[in-house]
This record gives sequence, C-alpha cells and structure tokens, in this order.
Amino acid sequence: MTLQHSVARLDRAGKTPVTLVTGFLGSGKTTLIARLLAHPDMGETAVIVNELGEVGIDHHLLRRVDERTVLLGSGCVCCTLRGDLADELRDLDSRRARGEIPAFRRVVVETTGLADPAPIVYTLAAEPVVRHHFELDGIVATVDALNGLVEPESVKQAAIADVVVVTKSDVADPDPVEARVRALNPAAEIVEASFGEIDPARLFDRERGDPRELAIPEQHGHDGIRPFCLYLDEQLDWTAFGIWLTMLLQARGSDLLRVKGLLNVGGDGPLLLNGVQHVVHPPEHLPAWPDDDRRSRLVFIGRGLDRTDVERSLLAFNNAAH
Amino acid sequence: MCGLCGVLLNEHWAEEGGGRRARGFRVVLLNRVLDHYGLSLSDWAGSVYTLRDRKGRSAVVTDIGRLWSEAEKLAGRPLDPLDPALLATLAAS
Repeated sequence: MTLQHSVARLDRAGKTPVTLVTGFLGSGKTTLIARLLAHPDMGETAVIVNELGEVGIDHHLLRRVDERTVLLGSGCVCCTLRGDLADELRDLDSRRARGEIPAFRRVVVETTGLADPAPIVYTLAAEPVVRHHFELDGIVATVDALNGLVEPESVKQAAIADVVVVTKSDVADPDPVEARVRALNPAAEIVEASFGEIDPARLFDRERGDPRELAIPEQHGHDGIRPFCLYLDEQLDWTAFGIWLTMLLQARGSDLLRVKGLLNVGGDGPLLLNGVQHVVHPPEHLPAWPDDDRRSRLVFIGRGLDRTDVERSLLAFNNAAH
Repeated sequence: MCGLCGVLLNEHWAEEGGGRRARGFRVVLLNRVLDHYGLSLSDWAGSVYTLRDRKGRSAVVTDIGRLWSEAEKLAGRPLDPLDPALLATLAAS
C-alpha cells in the first residue's frame, strides 16, 4: 500500500492521523522530521514541536507548544491531559475548517526528549473534541546507535513504540542497539536511518494487524521491562475479555506499558486491540485474518508480569463465560 | 479522571456494541468476580451500575472502567485478576 493510498484510507474514517515522534535528547528526532518533511508525500503535514532545536525545520505548518500537563483527579501519571497539545490540535482543526491555514491531512507531534508519551496518547484518546477529529496513527521512537538506551525515559519510549528508528548508523554499529530494542519490544519494527534518510511509508499508516508484529520469540527484556506473547487456541468471549483486561489495568496498569493483539472473538476477522498503559483504543474489527492462523495473539510489554500467570488468569475468566 | 474510568469517553471501549443483552451478560459475569470480594453489582436502567457490599454500602458507577476503583474502595483491598484464590472461585462458580 502506498502512503498516499493509506492516507486516503484514514481520511475516509474522517479523522486526521497523528504520529507521535519521541526519542531521547540528541537521538535525532528533529533531523528525522526535517528530512521526512522534505519528502513529496509529506506536503500536507502539520507539525507540532515542543522546542525549536538546533536543526531548523522549515515548514509552513510548524507550531510550537509549551508542555502543559493537567493532572486529573485520579493522580495516575499516565492519564494526564496535555492541555497544550489539546489546545493546539483544536486550533489547527478549526482554522483548517475556516480555510485560514493550508489544508493538512496528517499531524506529526515531536515530544521533548524527556517526555513520557503516555499523556499524549491519553489526550488523543480522551479529550472530547480532539478524539472526534484526530486519531493516533502510531508512535515512532528514535534511538541513537552511538549512545543506545541509556536512560529510563529512552527505555520506556522504545518499549511503547510501534516503530523504532535507529539513528546515527553511519557513525556507530547499529547491531548492539537493535538487539537491545528487540529484546525490549519485539513487536516494534526496527528501521535504520543515517542523517534522517527514511521512506515515510516505513513510519506512517502502516498496515494494521500485520502478523509479523505479533509472532515474537520469548525475550529477556531490558531494565526490568520484559515482553511476552500469548497464543490462545480458545475462541475468546469479548465480554469476559473486557472484564479481565479492565481489571488487570486497574491492578497492574502502571507496569503494563503496552498491550496489543489480534483476538479471535468469532466472526470473519479478528479484533485488533491496542493499548498504551491505561489507555486502550476502541478495538477495531478487521475484515479478515492476515494468515491461516486463527489463534488469538496478545503481546504484553511490562514489568513484573509473568506470562504463565497472565495466561492462566485470562483463560479462567474466559471459561467463566461458558 | 483516569483513563481507566473512560468518563471523558462517550462509551467505554469494553462496553461498545452488544446492546442490552450484552450488558446483562456483563453484569452476570462481573458478579461472579465481585462475589469473591463480598460485592454485588446491578444494572440501573441500562445506564449506570450500582455496586453494593454486604454491609449495605453502595456506590454508583458509570462504566466498567470506573467499577474497579470503586470496588477496591468498598472491598478495602486491591482486586487482582491474577490472584489464584479468585481464579479458584471462578473455576468453582
């Protein structure tokens, strides 16, 4: 699928796709975005940045925001609203509707190097106006081949990413960093880029439900964060699954960085599940399975969760529905 | 409000679709879990739930996301779906 075609697919859903570009300080986020914006397919893109860095981005729809978080009643750190981002997205949308700015068909949000991406994901999913006009297309994390995963922030960014871009592969061997990223987040696609050179189609509007994402080997993880995958032969009862996952998120959500999966709940195609910490996107029914395997597949990336315990619990809840 | 609660959302992701029949089945299943903690749940006019403990205390919850934090308050302890004792209760129910 070409980028243009897939953008059209998302446009039909009526929501503008938002891609989050995260990565630690100096890992090449701005260089990546500057080079992407020079690509002919990226013309109708609005860009929101926190800081105007040393690498200038020359773009007609560049907006700057001051990070402003609104801590909500629960005190849960991942579920804070990024008020700055919500304001900017609402303003972009209304000015586009009035014809005051060029039409844009995509938004790229660059976070600060120290930012936790979870509140941005929450803002896109929960802010009433924003969620009506925008949807998260994916999370891209840059990791620098020279310095690697050095800080807790960079480890978490790589752990929740859909695509990890290993930068500076021209000055350092990318293999050690790629191996660490794979151990941390085997569900992510890893792409190398030197000087920000990359095909936008590798990062945006990626095909959903690609089985390669979920066919992952057991990994030892990194810094206490460990991924694992469940394959379940039984057809899942959606009601029981919803009860189980909401209860698990209440009990263990702070330690569960990412959950994604294809669920067999009956019907022609699977249900696509995608969650970042406490935020679960509305599940999407895919029209068909991506391959002949009809087992449910669930990837968990988190701390202190044991695969056997999670599988036993899910099956017990599922059996209770029959 | 926490993302678990989904109060800012129009409909909680785990409750989308299915109508009244699915809602009724959800209450039945939830009660199998909540009974382990001495709690019970009833549907109120298809719009909210009422959660009760055995001492007669109650709480109104809008959706399944918000349910668990209220249930923890009434039960006075964390509710963990990985707890083997809960799983044994479910297997016996």
